[in-house]
Amino acid sequence: MAYPSELLYTKTHEWARRDGEEAVVGITTHAQEELRDIVFVELPKAGRAVKQGEAAAVIESVKAAFDIYAPVSGTIARVNEAVSKSPQVINQDCYGVGWLFAIRPSSQQEFTTLLSSGAYEKQLQAGTHQ
Amino acid sequence: MQKTALYERHRQLGAKMTDFHGWEMPLYYTSILEEHKAVREALGLFDISHMGQVLVTGPDAVTTLNHLVVSDMTQVGKERACYTLMLNERGGIVDDLILYRLGEAEWLVIVNCATHAADVEWLTGHAQGGTTVADISEGRAILAVQGPRASRVLEEILDAKVAGLGRFAIAPIRTMGPDACIARTGYTGGAGFELFVPNAHAKRVWDAVLTMAKPLGALPIGLGARDTLRVEAGLRLYGTDMDAQTSPIEAGLDWTVAWNKTAFLGREALLRQQREGVARKFVGFEMSQGPVPRAGLELAAVSGKAAGLKVGAVTSGTYSPILNKPLGMGYVEPAYAAVGTPLAMTVRNQRHTGTVVKLPFWKGERTQPALTSGAPTVERLT
Repeated sequence: MAYPSELLYTKTHEWARRDGEEAVVGITTHAQEELRDIVFVELPKAGRAVKQGEAAAVIESVKAAFDIYAPVSGTIARVNEAVSKSPQVINQDCYGVGWLFAIRPSSQQEFTTLLSSGAYEKQLQAGTHQ
Repeated sequence: MQKTALYERHRQLGAKMTDFHGWEMPLYYTSILEEHKAVREALGLFDISHMGQVLVTGPDAVTTLNHLVVSDMTQVGKERACYTLMLNERGGIVDDLILYRLGEAEWLVIVNCATHAADVEWLTGHAQGGTTVADISEGRAILAVQGPRASRVLEEILDAKVAGLGRFAIAPIRTMGPDACIARTGYTGGAGFELFVPNAHAKRVWDAVLTMAKPLGALPIGLGARDTLRVEAGLRLYGTDMDAQTSPIEAGLDWTVAWNKTAFLGREALLRQQREGVARKFVGFEMSQGPVPRAGLELAAVSGKAAGLKVGAVTSGTYSPILNKPLGMGYVEPAYAAVGTPLAMTVRNQRHTGTVVKLPFWKGERTQPALTSGAPTVERLT
Protein backbone atom coordinates (compact mmCIF):
# COMPACT_ATOMS: atom_id res chain seq x y z
CA MET A 1 0.00 0.00 0.00
CA ALA A 2 1.76 3.14 -1.22
CA TYR A 3 -0.65 5.53 0.57
CA PRO A 4 -2.30 3.94 3.62
CA SER A 5 -5.95 4.94 3.95
CA GLU A 6 -5.75 5.49 7.73
CA LEU A 7 -3.39 8.45 7.22
CA LEU A 8 -4.06 12.06 6.29
CA TYR A 9 -1.91 13.85 3.71
CA THR A 10 -0.67 17.31 2.75
CA LYS A 11 -0.21 18.70 -0.76
CA THR A 12 3.46 19.04 0.16
CA HIS A 13 3.84 15.25 0.63
CA GLU A 14 3.75 14.86 4.41
CA TRP A 15 1.48 12.37 6.16
CA ALA A 16 -0.11 12.63 9.63
CA ARG A 17 -1.43 9.84 11.84
CA ARG A 18 -3.77 10.82 14.68
CA ASP A 19 -2.56 8.92 17.69
CA GLY A 20 -4.32 9.82 20.94
CA GLU A 21 -3.33 13.35 21.86
CA GLU A 22 -0.70 13.50 19.15
CA ALA A 23 -0.32 13.59 15.39
CA VAL A 24 2.67 11.58 14.17
CA VAL A 25 4.25 13.05 11.02
CA GLY A 26 6.40 11.67 8.22
CA ILE A 27 6.87 11.94 4.46
CA THR A 28 5.04 9.94 1.79
CA THR A 29 6.30 7.23 -0.52
CA HIS A 30 6.23 9.74 -3.36
CA ALA A 31 8.38 12.22 -1.42
CA GLN A 32 10.85 9.54 -0.34
CA GLU A 33 11.18 8.28 -3.91
CA GLU A 34 11.67 11.77 -5.29
CA LEU A 35 14.33 12.66 -2.69
CA ARG A 36 16.11 9.26 -2.95
CA ASP A 37 19.37 8.86 -1.05
CA ILE A 38 18.48 10.64 2.20
CA VAL A 39 21.70 11.36 4.11
CA PHE A 40 20.83 13.96 6.75
CA VAL A 41 17.80 14.99 8.80
CA GLU A 42 17.39 18.05 10.97
CA LEU A 43 14.50 17.64 13.40
CA PRO A 44 12.74 20.35 15.43
CA LYS A 45 13.30 20.62 19.18
CA ALA A 46 10.60 19.14 21.42
CA GLY A 47 8.48 21.94 22.82
CA ARG A 48 8.75 24.16 19.75
CA ALA A 49 5.47 25.71 18.59
CA VAL A 50 4.77 25.28 14.88
CA LYS A 51 2.06 26.65 12.63
CA GLN A 52 0.33 24.64 9.93
CA GLY A 53 2.47 24.83 6.76
CA GLU A 54 5.57 26.06 8.62
CA ALA A 55 8.92 24.40 7.84
CA ALA A 56 9.49 22.15 10.88
CA ALA A 57 12.27 19.84 9.70
CA VAL A 58 14.82 19.53 6.90
CA ILE A 59 15.72 16.42 4.94
CA GLU A 60 18.88 16.40 2.87
CA SER A 61 19.45 13.99 0.03
CA VAL A 62 22.74 13.67 -1.83
CA LYS A 63 21.40 16.21 -4.32
CA ALA A 64 19.72 18.91 -2.23
CA ALA A 65 17.97 19.97 1.00
CA PHE A 66 14.17 19.99 1.38
CA ASP A 67 11.87 21.55 3.98
CA ILE A 68 9.29 19.39 5.73
CA TYR A 69 6.15 21.30 6.69
CA ALA A 70 3.95 20.86 9.76
CA PRO A 71 0.60 19.38 8.62
CA VAL A 72 -1.18 21.05 11.57
CA SER A 73 -0.39 23.74 14.12
CA GLY A 74 0.70 22.74 17.61
CA THR A 75 3.68 21.93 19.78
CA ILE A 76 6.39 19.41 18.92
CA ALA A 77 5.84 16.61 21.43
CA ARG A 78 8.51 14.09 20.38
CA VAL A 79 11.04 13.58 17.62
CA ASN A 80 12.36 10.34 16.14
CA GLU A 81 16.07 10.25 17.03
CA ALA A 82 16.44 7.03 15.01
CA VAL A 83 16.15 8.93 11.71
CA SER A 84 18.85 11.38 12.80
CA LYS A 85 21.20 8.46 13.36
CA SER A 86 20.20 6.50 10.23
CA PRO A 87 18.46 8.83 7.77
CA GLN A 88 18.13 6.07 5.17
CA VAL A 89 15.39 4.39 7.25
CA ILE A 90 13.09 7.05 5.78
CA ASN A 91 13.76 5.54 2.34
CA GLN A 92 13.23 2.05 3.71
CA ASP A 93 10.06 2.56 5.78
CA CYS A 94 8.59 6.05 5.51
CA TYR A 95 5.30 5.21 7.32
CA GLY A 96 6.89 3.14 10.09
CA VAL A 97 10.32 3.48 11.67
CA GLY A 98 10.99 6.44 9.37
CA TRP A 99 8.49 8.81 11.08
CA LEU A 100 9.91 12.25 11.85
CA PHE A 101 8.14 13.99 14.73
CA ALA A 102 4.90 14.10 16.68
CA ILE A 103 2.82 17.25 17.15
CA ARG A 104 0.41 17.98 19.98
CA PRO A 105 -2.21 19.81 17.88
CA SER A 106 -3.52 23.16 19.13
CA SER A 107 -6.86 22.52 17.46
CA GLN A 108 -8.64 19.62 15.83
CA GLN A 109 -10.06 21.93 13.17
CA GLU A 110 -7.05 21.83 10.85
CA PHE A 111 -7.27 18.08 10.29
CA THR A 112 -10.29 18.71 8.07
CA THR A 113 -8.05 20.64 5.66
CA LEU A 114 -5.82 17.58 5.08
CA LEU A 115 -6.25 15.13 2.19
CA SER A 116 -7.50 11.56 2.30
CA SER A 117 -5.25 8.93 0.65
CA GLY A 118 -7.58 8.94 -2.36
CA ALA A 119 -7.44 12.72 -2.75
CA TYR A 120 -3.66 12.70 -2.31
CA GLU A 121 -3.20 10.02 -4.97
CA LYS A 122 -5.45 11.99 -7.30
CA GLN A 123 -3.25 15.04 -6.79
CA LEU A 124 -0.16 12.98 -7.64
CA GLN A 125 -1.72 11.66 -10.81
CA ALA A 126 -2.92 15.12 -11.81
CA GLY A 127 0.38 16.86 -11.75
CA THR A 128 3.59 16.01 -10.05
CA HIS A 129 4.02 12.51 -11.47
CA GLN A 130 6.10 12.19 -14.58
CA MET B 1 18.71 17.91 -26.37
CA GLN B 2 21.46 15.66 -27.67
CA LYS B 3 21.26 11.94 -27.04
CA THR B 4 24.01 9.34 -26.88
CA ALA B 5 23.95 5.99 -28.68
CA LEU B 6 22.89 4.43 -25.36
CA TYR B 7 19.89 6.71 -24.77
CA GLU B 8 17.37 3.89 -25.34
CA ARG B 9 19.22 1.69 -22.89
CA HIS B 10 18.98 4.35 -20.18
CA ARG B 11 15.23 4.66 -20.73
CA GLN B 12 14.81 0.87 -20.69
CA LEU B 13 16.70 0.70 -17.40
CA GLY B 14 14.32 3.28 -15.93
CA ALA B 15 16.92 5.99 -15.47
CA LYS B 16 16.00 9.39 -14.14
CA MET B 17 17.29 11.61 -16.93
CA THR B 18 18.75 15.08 -16.61
CA ASP B 19 19.90 17.89 -18.89
CA PHE B 20 23.67 18.01 -18.65
CA HIS B 21 25.01 20.88 -20.77
CA GLY B 22 22.53 20.09 -23.54
CA TRP B 23 22.80 16.30 -23.30
CA GLU B 24 19.98 14.14 -21.98
CA MET B 25 21.95 11.92 -19.60
CA PRO B 26 21.10 9.45 -16.80
CA LEU B 27 21.28 11.09 -13.35
CA TYR B 28 20.66 7.77 -11.61
CA TYR B 29 18.99 4.44 -12.36
CA THR B 30 18.04 3.34 -8.84
CA SER B 31 19.97 5.26 -6.20
CA ILE B 32 23.08 7.43 -6.25
CA LEU B 33 24.43 5.85 -3.07
CA GLU B 34 23.82 2.27 -4.23
CA GLU B 35 25.47 3.00 -7.56
CA HIS B 36 28.38 4.63 -5.75
CA LYS B 37 28.87 1.52 -3.59
CA ALA B 38 28.67 -0.80 -6.62
CA VAL B 39 31.64 1.01 -8.19
CA ARG B 40 33.72 0.76 -5.02
CA GLU B 41 32.81 -2.84 -4.27
CA ALA B 42 32.19 -4.50 -7.64
CA LEU B 43 31.77 -2.72 -10.97
CA GLY B 44 30.01 0.27 -12.45
CA LEU B 45 29.21 0.92 -16.10
CA PHE B 46 28.98 4.55 -17.24
CA ASP B 47 27.91 6.15 -20.50
CA ILE B 48 30.11 9.22 -20.81
CA SER B 49 29.62 9.76 -24.53
CA HIS B 50 28.78 13.40 -23.84
CA MET B 51 32.50 14.08 -23.47
CA GLY B 52 34.36 15.39 -26.50
CA GLN B 53 36.79 13.30 -28.53
CA VAL B 54 39.30 15.25 -30.57
CA LEU B 55 42.06 13.87 -32.75
CA VAL B 56 45.24 15.95 -33.08
CA THR B 57 47.55 14.64 -35.77
CA GLY B 58 50.58 15.60 -37.82
CA PRO B 59 54.34 15.86 -37.42
CA ASP B 60 53.94 19.06 -35.39
CA ALA B 61 51.18 17.69 -33.15
CA VAL B 62 53.53 17.19 -30.22
CA THR B 63 54.88 20.74 -30.62
CA THR B 64 51.34 22.13 -30.80
CA LEU B 65 50.20 20.28 -27.68
CA ASN B 66 53.38 20.99 -25.77
CA HIS B 67 52.77 24.71 -26.27
CA LEU B 68 49.16 24.41 -25.07
CA VAL B 69 49.44 22.22 -21.99
CA VAL B 70 51.47 22.50 -18.78
CA SER B 71 52.92 18.96 -18.84
CA ASP B 72 55.75 17.76 -21.07
CA MET B 73 54.24 15.88 -23.99
CA THR B 74 57.63 14.75 -25.27
CA GLN B 75 57.78 12.52 -22.18
CA VAL B 76 54.54 10.72 -23.04
CA GLY B 77 55.30 7.47 -24.83
CA LYS B 78 53.27 5.78 -27.53
CA GLU B 79 50.07 4.22 -26.15
CA ARG B 80 50.36 6.20 -22.92
CA ALA B 81 48.14 8.94 -21.54
CA CYS B 82 48.61 12.09 -19.48
CA TYR B 83 46.24 14.15 -17.33
CA THR B 84 47.06 17.79 -17.87
CA LEU B 85 45.77 21.37 -18.12
CA MET B 86 45.48 24.03 -20.81
CA LEU B 87 46.03 27.59 -19.56
CA ASN B 88 45.35 31.04 -20.91
CA GLU B 89 48.06 33.70 -20.89
CA ARG B 90 47.03 34.86 -17.41
CA GLY B 91 47.68 31.35 -16.12
CA GLY B 92 43.96 30.57 -15.75
CA ILE B 93 42.75 27.05 -16.50
CA VAL B 94 41.04 26.76 -19.89
CA ASP B 95 40.25 23.09 -19.30
CA ASP B 96 41.61 19.92 -17.76
CA LEU B 97 41.93 17.01 -20.11
CA ILE B 98 43.49 13.65 -20.79
CA LEU B 99 45.76 13.30 -23.81
CA TYR B 100 46.30 9.81 -25.20
CA ARG B 101 49.23 9.30 -27.53
CA LEU B 102 47.90 6.77 -30.03
CA GLY B 103 50.96 6.97 -32.31
CA GLU B 104 54.08 9.01 -32.83
CA ALA B 105 52.08 11.83 -34.45
CA GLU B 106 48.52 10.99 -33.37
CA TRP B 107 46.84 12.11 -30.16
CA LEU B 108 43.34 11.51 -28.84
CA VAL B 109 42.24 14.41 -26.65
CA ILE B 110 39.26 13.94 -24.32
CA VAL B 111 37.69 17.24 -23.32
CA ASN B 112 34.88 18.17 -20.93
CA CYS B 113 31.36 18.34 -22.30
CA ALA B 114 30.77 21.95 -21.22
CA THR B 115 34.02 23.16 -22.78
CA HIS B 116 33.94 20.94 -25.87
CA ALA B 117 33.34 23.58 -28.57
CA ALA B 118 35.64 26.14 -26.93
CA ASP B 119 38.43 23.56 -26.62
CA VAL B 120 38.20 22.55 -30.28
CA GLU B 121 38.41 26.24 -31.22
CA TRP B 122 41.34 26.76 -28.82
CA LEU B 123 43.22 23.76 -30.22
CA THR B 124 42.48 24.72 -33.82
CA GLY B 125 43.50 28.34 -33.25
CA HIS B 126 46.84 27.26 -31.81
CA ALA B 127 47.63 24.47 -34.28
CA GLN B 128 51.20 24.73 -35.53
CA GLY B 129 52.63 23.64 -38.89
CA GLY B 130 50.55 20.97 -40.56
CA THR B 131 48.77 19.91 -37.38
CA THR B 132 45.19 18.76 -37.96
CA VAL B 133 42.56 19.12 -35.24
CA ALA B 134 39.56 16.91 -35.95
CA ASP B 135 36.49 16.70 -33.72
CA ILE B 136 35.58 13.02 -34.05
CA SER B 137 32.92 13.01 -31.30
CA GLU B 138 30.01 12.63 -33.71
CA GLY B 139 29.03 8.99 -34.05
CA ARG B 140 31.30 7.84 -31.25
CA ALA B 141 30.69 6.68 -27.70
CA ILE B 142 32.69 6.43 -24.48
CA LEU B 143 31.94 3.76 -21.92
CA ALA B 144 33.65 3.71 -18.55
CA VAL B 145 33.95 0.39 -16.74
CA GLN B 146 35.14 1.12 -13.22
CA GLY B 147 35.65 -0.89 -10.06
CA PRO B 148 37.60 -3.86 -8.69
CA ARG B 149 35.85 -6.33 -11.04
CA ALA B 150 36.45 -4.26 -14.17
CA SER B 151 39.50 -6.01 -15.56
CA ARG B 152 38.09 -9.50 -15.01
CA VAL B 153 34.86 -8.68 -16.84
CA LEU B 154 36.55 -6.87 -19.71
CA GLU B 155 39.05 -9.69 -20.18
CA GLU B 156 36.12 -12.06 -20.75
CA ILE B 157 34.30 -9.73 -23.10
CA LEU B 158 37.23 -8.49 -25.13
CA ASP B 159 39.14 -11.76 -24.89
CA ALA B 160 42.31 -9.85 -24.12
CA LYS B 161 44.67 -9.40 -21.22
CA VAL B 162 43.46 -5.95 -20.21
CA ALA B 163 44.74 -6.49 -16.66
CA GLY B 164 48.21 -6.04 -18.14
CA LEU B 165 47.30 -2.57 -19.33
CA GLY B 166 49.19 -0.24 -17.01
CA ARG B 167 47.68 2.83 -15.40
CA PHE B 168 47.28 5.54 -18.03
CA ALA B 169 48.04 3.10 -20.86
CA ILE B 170 45.86 2.79 -23.96
CA ALA B 171 45.54 0.04 -26.56
CA PRO B 172 43.60 -0.22 -29.81
CA ILE B 173 40.58 -2.51 -30.10
CA ARG B 174 41.21 -3.55 -33.68
CA THR B 175 37.91 -5.34 -34.19
CA MET B 176 35.91 -2.18 -33.58
CA GLY B 177 37.34 -0.04 -36.31
CA PRO B 178 39.88 2.75 -36.52
CA ASP B 179 40.49 4.74 -33.37
CA ALA B 180 38.58 2.28 -31.17
CA CYS B 181 40.59 2.04 -27.96
CA ILE B 182 40.60 0.89 -24.38
CA ALA B 183 42.49 2.89 -21.77
CA ARG B 184 43.19 2.38 -18.11
CA THR B 185 41.82 5.75 -17.06
CA GLY B 186 38.74 6.99 -15.25
CA TYR B 187 37.16 9.56 -12.98
CA THR B 188 36.45 7.47 -9.88
CA GLY B 189 39.89 7.28 -8.29
CA GLY B 190 39.74 3.49 -8.37
CA ALA B 191 40.70 0.80 -10.84
CA GLY B 192 38.96 0.94 -14.17
CA PHE B 193 38.90 1.43 -17.90
CA GLU B 194 37.44 3.70 -20.53
CA LEU B 195 36.45 2.45 -23.98
CA PHE B 196 36.34 4.83 -26.94
CA VAL B 197 34.30 3.13 -29.64
CA PRO B 198 32.15 3.90 -32.70
CA ASN B 199 28.44 4.10 -31.87
CA ALA B 200 27.79 0.86 -33.77
CA HIS B 201 29.57 -1.06 -30.99
CA ALA B 202 28.29 0.87 -27.98
CA LYS B 203 25.13 -1.13 -27.23
CA ARG B 204 26.89 -4.46 -27.71
CA VAL B 205 29.64 -3.58 -25.23
CA TRP B 206 27.10 -2.05 -22.80
CA ASP B 207 24.89 -5.15 -22.87
CA ALA B 208 27.80 -7.57 -22.65
CA VAL B 209 29.30 -5.84 -19.60
CA LEU B 210 25.97 -5.60 -17.76
CA THR B 211 24.94 -9.17 -18.51
CA MET B 212 28.24 -10.62 -17.43
CA ALA B 213 28.85 -8.39 -14.44
CA LYS B 214 25.37 -8.29 -12.92
CA PRO B 215 25.89 -11.48 -10.89
CA LEU B 216 29.05 -9.84 -9.51
CA GLY B 217 27.08 -6.89 -8.16
CA ALA B 218 27.55 -4.50 -11.07
CA LEU B 219 25.19 -1.61 -11.79
CA PRO B 220 24.80 1.01 -14.51
CA ILE B 221 25.92 4.34 -13.05
CA GLY B 222 24.46 7.79 -13.63
CA LEU B 223 26.02 11.23 -13.43
CA GLY B 224 24.89 11.56 -9.79
CA ALA B 225 27.23 8.84 -8.57
CA ARG B 226 29.89 9.91 -11.08
CA ASP B 227 29.97 13.16 -9.11
CA THR B 228 29.96 11.63 -5.61
CA LEU B 229 32.72 9.20 -6.65
CA ARG B 230 34.97 11.91 -8.05
CA VAL B 231 34.53 14.05 -4.91
CA GLU B 232 35.41 11.07 -2.71
CA ALA B 233 38.53 10.62 -4.87
CA GLY B 234 39.39 14.34 -4.49
CA LEU B 235 39.14 14.94 -8.23
CA ARG B 236 38.30 18.47 -9.37
CA LEU B 237 35.46 19.18 -11.78
CA TYR B 238 36.08 21.88 -14.34
CA GLY B 239 33.47 24.64 -14.16
CA THR B 240 32.74 23.76 -10.52
CA ASP B 241 36.08 23.53 -8.71
CA MET B 242 38.08 25.57 -11.21
CA ASP B 243 37.63 27.85 -14.19
CA ALA B 244 39.50 30.39 -16.34
CA GLN B 245 40.07 32.53 -13.21
CA THR B 246 41.77 29.66 -11.33
CA SER B 247 45.46 28.87 -11.55
CA PRO B 248 46.91 25.35 -11.24
CA ILE B 249 48.74 26.48 -8.09
CA GLU B 250 45.50 27.57 -6.42
CA ALA B 251 43.77 24.38 -7.55
CA GLY B 252 46.57 22.21 -6.15
CA LEU B 253 47.25 20.84 -9.62
CA ASP B 254 50.76 22.25 -9.98
CA TRP B 255 52.06 18.66 -9.92
CA THR B 256 50.99 18.53 -13.58
CA VAL B 257 53.31 21.44 -14.48
CA ALA B 258 56.63 20.67 -16.17
CA TRP B 259 58.52 23.68 -14.77
CA ASN B 260 61.61 22.87 -16.83
CA LYS B 261 59.68 23.27 -20.07
CA THR B 262 60.99 26.48 -21.63
CA ALA B 263 57.76 27.70 -23.20
CA PHE B 264 54.04 27.03 -22.88
CA LEU B 265 50.96 29.20 -22.76
CA GLY B 266 50.53 30.71 -19.29
CA ARG B 267 54.06 29.93 -18.13
CA GLU B 268 55.08 33.53 -17.30
CA ALA B 269 51.95 34.13 -15.23
CA LEU B 270 52.48 30.83 -13.46
CA LEU B 271 56.12 31.62 -12.64
CA ARG B 272 55.04 34.99 -11.23
CA GLN B 273 52.46 33.25 -9.02
CA GLN B 274 55.06 30.78 -7.88
CA ARG B 275 57.32 33.67 -6.82
CA GLU B 276 54.66 35.87 -5.28
CA GLY B 277 52.32 33.26 -3.88
CA VAL B 278 48.58 32.85 -4.37
CA ALA B 279 45.63 34.20 -2.38
CA ARG B 280 43.75 30.91 -2.02
CA LYS B 281 44.34 27.18 -1.97
CA PHE B 282 42.13 24.24 -2.83
CA VAL B 283 41.46 21.96 0.15
CA GLY B 284 39.40 18.97 1.11
CA PHE B 285 37.64 18.88 4.47
CA GLU B 286 35.52 16.31 6.23
CA MET B 287 33.00 16.39 9.04
CA SER B 288 32.08 13.57 11.37
CA GLN B 289 28.37 14.25 10.76
CA GLY B 290 26.01 17.05 9.79
CA PRO B 291 24.58 18.48 6.60
CA VAL B 292 26.17 18.06 3.19
CA PRO B 293 28.57 20.92 2.34
CA ARG B 294 26.97 22.57 -0.70
CA ALA B 295 28.72 24.70 -3.31
CA GLY B 296 28.77 28.37 -2.37
CA LEU B 297 28.67 27.90 1.42
CA GLU B 298 31.10 30.13 3.26
CA LEU B 299 33.96 28.58 5.21
CA ALA B 300 35.00 30.42 8.38
CA ALA B 301 38.05 30.21 10.61
CA VAL B 302 37.45 28.47 13.94
CA SER B 303 40.38 29.77 15.99
CA GLY B 304 42.82 32.67 15.99
CA LYS B 305 42.21 36.33 15.21
CA ALA B 306 39.97 35.53 12.24
CA ALA B 307 37.74 33.14 14.25
CA GLY B 308 34.24 33.32 12.84
CA LEU B 309 35.32 35.30 9.79
CA LYS B 310 35.08 34.08 6.22
CA VAL B 311 38.31 32.52 4.92
CA GLY B 312 36.93 30.65 1.92
CA ALA B 313 34.01 28.90 0.27
CA VAL B 314 32.84 25.42 -0.71
CA THR B 315 32.93 24.44 -4.40
CA SER B 316 31.92 20.74 -4.18
CA GLY B 317 30.49 18.51 -1.51
CA THR B 318 28.80 15.20 -0.98
CA TYR B 319 28.00 12.48 1.50
CA SER B 320 30.30 9.46 1.22
CA PRO B 321 28.52 6.11 1.67
CA ILE B 322 31.95 4.46 1.94
CA LEU B 323 33.46 6.73 4.61
CA ASN B 324 29.97 7.47 6.04
CA LYS B 325 30.50 11.19 6.45
CA PRO B 326 29.98 14.48 4.66
CA LEU B 327 32.91 15.62 2.52
CA GLY B 328 33.64 19.03 1.07
CA MET B 329 36.16 20.72 -1.18
CA GLY B 330 36.77 24.39 -1.81
CA TYR B 331 39.14 27.31 -1.61
CA VAL B 332 40.50 28.91 1.56
CA GLU B 333 43.17 31.48 2.36
CA PRO B 334 46.57 29.71 2.37
CA ALA B 335 46.94 30.18 6.16
CA TYR B 336 43.93 27.86 6.62
CA ALA B 337 44.89 25.22 4.09
CA ALA B 338 47.12 23.01 6.26
CA VAL B 339 45.94 19.49 7.07
CA GLY B 340 44.28 19.48 10.49
CA THR B 341 42.97 23.07 10.31
CA PRO B 342 39.38 23.35 11.58
CA LEU B 343 36.88 25.14 9.31
CA ALA B 344 33.29 26.06 10.12
CA MET B 345 30.25 26.38 7.92
CA THR B 346 26.88 27.71 8.93
CA VAL B 347 23.82 25.89 7.63
CA ARG B 348 20.33 27.08 8.63
CA ASN B 349 21.79 29.15 11.48
CA GLN B 350 23.74 26.24 12.93
CA ARG B 351 27.50 26.05 12.93
CA HIS B 352 29.13 22.81 11.82
CA THR B 353 32.87 22.24 12.11
CA GLY B 354 35.04 20.19 9.77
CA THR B 355 38.76 19.55 9.44
CA VAL B 356 41.09 19.97 6.48
CA VAL B 357 42.35 16.56 5.36
CA LYS B 358 44.75 15.35 2.70
CA LEU B 359 43.11 14.52 -0.64
CA PRO B 360 41.94 12.06 -1.80
CA PHE B 361 39.40 11.34 0.95
CA TRP B 362 39.11 7.76 -0.26
CA LYS B 363 42.48 6.04 -0.48
CA GLY B 364 41.47 2.39 -0.79
CA GLU B 365 42.29 0.05 -3.60
CA ARG B 366 44.88 2.42 -5.05
CA THR B 367 47.22 -0.30 -6.15
CA GLN B 368 49.33 1.14 -8.91
CA PRO B 369 50.15 -1.53 -11.44
CA ALA B 370 53.69 -1.41 -12.77
CA LEU B 371 54.04 1.09 -15.59
CA THR B 372 54.25 -1.56 -18.28
CA SER B 373 55.15 -0.21 -21.65
CA GLY B 374 54.13 -2.61 -24.41
CA ALA B 375 50.35 -2.50 -24.09
CA PRO B 376 48.50 -5.59 -25.30
CA THR B 377 46.32 -5.22 -28.35
CA VAL B 378 42.70 -6.10 -27.86
CA GLU B 379 41.88 -8.37 -30.77
CA ARG B 380 38.43 -9.72 -30.50
CA LEU B 381 35.00 -8.88 -29.19
CA THR B 382 33.12 -12.11 -28.73
